Amino acid sequence: MTAKQELKKSIIASVWFMFLTFPIMVIKVNTVTHTIDWRWHNMALVGIGSFFLSMLWRYLLKKKEEGGKKEKKAGLSFIQRLLQEKQFALPGIVIISIITILFPHIFSMYQTNIMTSALIFVVLGLGLNIVIGLAGLLVLGYAAFFAVGAYSYALLNLHYGVGFWVALPIGGILAAFFGILLGYPVLRLRGDYLAIVTLGFGEIIRLVLENWNEFSFGPSGIKNIPKPGFLGIEMSMQTTTIYVFYIVVLLVVFTIFVINRLKNSRIGRAWTALKDDEIASQAMGIDKAKTKLRAFALGATWAGMAGVVFASKTTFINPASFTLWESVIILCTVVLGGMGSIAGVIAGALLLILLPEYMRDFGEFRMITFGAVLILMMIFRPGGMIEDVRKTYKFEK
Amino acid sequence: MKPILEVKSMTMDFGGLRAIDNVDLSIEKGQIVALIGPNGAGKTTFFNCITGIYTPTHGDIYISPNGSEDGKNERINGLKPNIVTRKGLARTFQNIRLFTSMTVLENVMIGCHAITKAGIMGAIFRGASTKSEEKLIVEKSYLILEKIGLSKYVDELAVNLPYGAQRRLEIARALATDPFLLLLDEPAAGMNPQETMELDELILKIRNSEGISILLIEHDMKLVMSLSEKIYVVDYGKKIAEGTPEEIRHNPVVIKAYLGEEVDA
Ligand SMILES: Nc1ncnc2c1ncn2[C@@H]1O[C@H](COP(=O)(O)OP(=O)(O)O)[C@@H](O)[C@H]1O
Ligand SMILES: [Mg+2]
Repeated sequence: MTAKQELKKSIIASVWFMFLTFPIMVIKVNTVTHTIDWRWHNMALVGIGSFFLSMLWRYLLKKKEEGGKKEKKAGLSFIQRLLQEKQFALPGIVIISIITILFPHIFSMYQTNIMTSALIFVVLGLGLNIVIGLAGLLVLGYAAFFAVGAYSYALLNLHYGVGFWVALPIGGILAAFFGILLGYPVLRLRGDYLAIVTLGFGEIIRLVLENWNEFSFGPSGIKNIPKPGFLGIEMSMQTTTIYVFYIVVLLVVFTIFVINRLKNSRIGRAWTALKDDEIASQAMGIDKAKTKLRAFALGATWAGMAGVVFASKTTFINPASFTLWESVIILCTVVLGGMGSIAGVIAGALLLILLPEYMRDFGEFRMITFGAVLILMMIFRPGGMIEDVRKTYKFEK
Repeated sequence: MKPILEVKSMTMDFGGLRAIDNVDLSIEKGQIVALIGPNGAGKTTFFNCITGIYTPTHGDIYISPNGSEDGKNERINGLKPNIVTRKGLARTFQNIRLFTSMTVLENVMIGCHAITKAGIMGAIFRGASTKSEEKLIVEKSYLILEKIGLSKYVDELAVNLPYGAQRRLEIARALATDPFLLLLDEPAAGMNPQETMELDELILKIRNSEGISILLIEHDMKLVMSLSEKIYVVDYGKKIAEGTPEEIRHNPVVIKAYLGEEVDA
């Protein structure tokens, strides 16, 4: 395209934006004097701004198209290569461990609490990654399993005095049960159809929790859920916060371990095969129903365990913590981070939870930024921040 | 000898369309049999019925994997595709269906799914049996790729392979399921003469070294005539001829069905 055409396109874009934003950026009614202030300088700003942004936009798109073909082969990003280098693995793990262990002692309680929440979302992201990233099942109501876990602990504790450590596996198992319950009827569905049905499932769970007062205490929720205990020792507020932080860290480590193993196993490969091509997978002897149900069950298990931890951390739960918005956030961590990629999902979850937390001052702008970043990601890096790299296998004769 | 695959008066209807009409077919152990016919004749549908993707409207499909007279006959219509594969029937697809996000080696490793067992617990704890099973899968897949001539692509993503290599990979993947019968749906489609010649050798090699029987759908008459011991010709879902390549070549009905198409190549 010639420079002249480029200029013309950008000018059209800038005029269009000036026209669109005219009523809000230029006209201002002065309610005191009942006159209109014409803020023409704003129009100039919008015009110049959109002119250059549209130039930049098309430049990036063009670069992406050029790079697209080459990238497929040699295009491992810097981070991907770093993750693959064996010699960095040990020092990397040591550094991350030290930072994690010291974290609650260096930073304030407030920061530790935020980090704990973020790590819970890391677990949720990794769990959903089994279902979406590995098995390719677009599940939209994931927060429902999170709710199942949280309410399992809250209710079991309320009625039977069940402690945190016993509730943790029970919450996971109950969520897995719900995962199979949801998975069974939707075995035939794929893509958007599956997304809509699972979205409905998530809403059903939330509505039941909201309206079945005798069972779940409705919108007012359940209070005074005990924090995790440690051999019955009394702990101060601060110690408990740190203790919960470490528990979540352990859960994250456990999750990473398990998912890494699953990913490079017979089951994990079968999931990815099903994601790529259902008919060919079946022709290779993969039992579609069984394999999908395993993905639903395992994905839900992690949401359930995260739910138990969440309930014990906040000591109070109500249905408002398990809405569609939570499901969408978890979905975004997987998509934004990189489907199937463990490092990607961790990075995505940390970014998506921590950034809005620290951007509270910007108020509503964070939502706009959030949306804009997602759209840009989909266009320029559809594989996510850290794209998944397939494992290679060695064989010596 | 009993046939290892016997299809008896099979019919497949799609609503009002009869895609396969009362077709019989049988394959002996170690035979290479071709199924030919114009486009839309119902050949792929025939494969889909045998491999469990569709359940035939009428008729029976029997298998007898070792082909011996006292071996048992098993009826396989209506079984799920994955079960059919486990019974020893493997196939390739006319429109290539590789696992595109996986490497070449992993594609073949998936083929080993049916003959291995490791479950979730095995995956998580990775005990001795899982480890040795994994090792076996990798080893077997490497050897198959070597035999098929794809060793140099092991760690490539399957989508990045040249077209001919993708078709060969489909065969490699099917072989990993340890079949007694291999169903090839237009394996030479899109190949150049050189690649087709190599495919010819490969198919013979698979039959001769492993004793795997082959049912072949193909439009390349040279390949069909040189490879097959028996040829079935279908048109509009009906079997119009059956016989040795020599008989088919001179069959007036077949020549008419192909109307001008070169039969004796
Ligand atoms: N799933 C289906 N539903 C309806 N019609 C089908 C289906 N599959 C195949 N057919 C029809 O069956 C006929 C045979 O198709 P096919 O087996 O693909 O032919 P071939 O492989 O010999 O070219 C065609 O008319 C095709 O349109
Ligand atoms: Mg066909």
